[in-house]
Amino acid sequence: MSYPMRRSPLAVAGILLVAAILGFVMLPAVVVTITAFNDKAILAFPPQSYSWRWFERAISYDDFRKGFWNGLIVTAWASTLALIVGTGFALALHRYTFSLKSTLEALLLSPLVIPHFTIGLGLLILSAQLTVGRGYPLVVLAHVILVLPFVLRSVFISLKNLDGRLELAASSLGASPRRVLFTITLPLLVPGLVSGWLFAAILSFNEFTATLFVSNQATQTLPVAMYNYVREYADPTLAALSVIYIVVTALLLTLANFFFGLGKILNVDAH
Amino acid sequence: MKQRPFLGWFVSPAALVALGLTAAMAAILQYSVRAYVPGSLNVGGLTLDNFTALLRPLYAWAFWGTILLCLLTAVFTLILAYPVAYALVRVRSKALKSFILIASVTPLFLGEVVRTYSWMIVLGNNGFINSVLKSLGIIDRPLQMMFTTSGVVAALVHVTMPIMVIMLAAGLSHIDRNYEKAAESLGAGPVRRFMTITLPLSMPGIVAGFSTAFAWTFSAFATPQLIGGGKVSTVSTLVYQLGFASFNFPFAASLSLAGLVMTFAVIALMKRAMRPVERLGEQ
Repeated sequence: MSYPMRRSPLAVAGILLVAAILGFVMLPAVVVTITAFNDKAILAFPPQSYSWRWFERAISYDDFRKGFWNGLIVTAWASTLALIVGTGFALALHRYTFSLKSTLEALLLSPLVIPHFTIGLGLLILSAQLTVGRGYPLVVLAHVILVLPFVLRSVFISLKNLDGRLELAASSLGASPRRVLFTITLPLLVPGLVSGWLFAAILSFNEFTATLFVSNQATQTLPVAMYNYVREYADPTLAALSVIYIVVTALLLTLANFFFGLGKILNVDAH
Repeated sequence: MKQRPFLGWFVSPAALVALGLTAAMAAILQYSVRAYVPGSLNVGGLTLDNFTALLRPLYAWAFWGTILLCLLTAVFTLILAYPVAYALVRVRSKALKSFILIASVTPLFLGEVVRTYSWMIVLGNNGFINSVLKSLGIIDRPLQMMFTTSGVVAALVHVTMPIMVIMLAAGLSHIDRNYEKAAESLGAGPVRRFMTITLPLSMPGIVAGFSTAFAWTFSAFATPQLIGGGKVSTVSTLVYQLGFASFNFPFAASLSLAGLVMTFAVIALMKRAMRPVERLGEQ
């Protein structure tokens, strides 16, 4: 056995290797943060002088503001709908057998491997065929389809960890199925539901490729507005916005880890 | 008859979403066999021209190039993600575990645009790598990394790392440690223990991670578009160009359909090739 005080050369090499790889993972975030404070309007590294001006521009730029609000609207609808749909289906998957069960499950999980541009293109063509415009409902539907697998996974894992005897006890004491569902099952599922919702919300807020296909000028979300910005300008405004993104996301994940245990949600904890 | 309370309430919303997805896929299928009317958003009669056009060198090469790009990305991602996943599962300190988890998973939630943009600053001619190399006196002219396949692969590896780490770690965490302890007590060294026990038993995670990385790379659009800058054509960038530059939606549909079939074929192939190993893992 190796103890912290005397590690084998192999373990030391392993630690250095993992540290180097994590360095690769975090490098872009570090570089983008330093660039964001560059006073000059070019993307050069390292900056000669520093300022906050790009943060001000990122926050006040019109397309970003609109994209942010559009993104919030789409995200709120999509993650909430996905949570309702996903919870219901996870419960059905867990409890019952029904016709087309495995077909439906495979279909709903397929967005994990179907390219996002394919789903976006399909919905775009569908909306043209049905002659409905590219409004919010279309964007929300695309997002629900894309984040549902993650909600399903999160809720299903918490259902598996739920002690079924509590439900049995309640119903043997005369509680109706509705009462068992609302006073036992769902309250016990709350951590899974919250983390599933949070995941769905983060993924939806950041979804880009499918949204690029199904949104228009009026419904474009923040990532689409950011993409359009990169194609037109090469100043550090986007770096500043990226920093805000990275900080908020890392904070949310740290909170999720603190309250729910990220390892448990992602199913990577040792048993 | 067994009671199944609320079955309809539980399943119908999901069935509706599945219906939407199926309708979208059906729309692609339908457009892929329709003729393109230049300058119009309406489509013509039934035709198989879109599929014969796929065989033209430009598209055949882009297809082949995309497959290579996906394979390269998946292989490099696997090599880099495995040690991280291993450390994540085996490290004893709770704080260190949380740190590894958050550091490796945060990029997953940043979205493709932010990550691609960050890589543009890392790889650019005035970017991080070039200025470090220049200040160290290793190069005097900037290395061209933007608009190259290697640049795209580097960024794509970064994009697919988190999901690979999650899937590998999920696989590794389900391995019964007693096998390794037994091997150790029988005198196997750490390398041998890893090669004959841990690695084979983590195969299901490797297969899952590899196929997901492949599918995600295939799906990536912002990275090849912005870092490739038109020099690296993938199926995704072609579909977008066909749709939004020339409004040739029928051909875009057939190209997406071919890509979809290809993705499923590769995933099925990988699962099949790994089946004997997976069975080993279940024993």
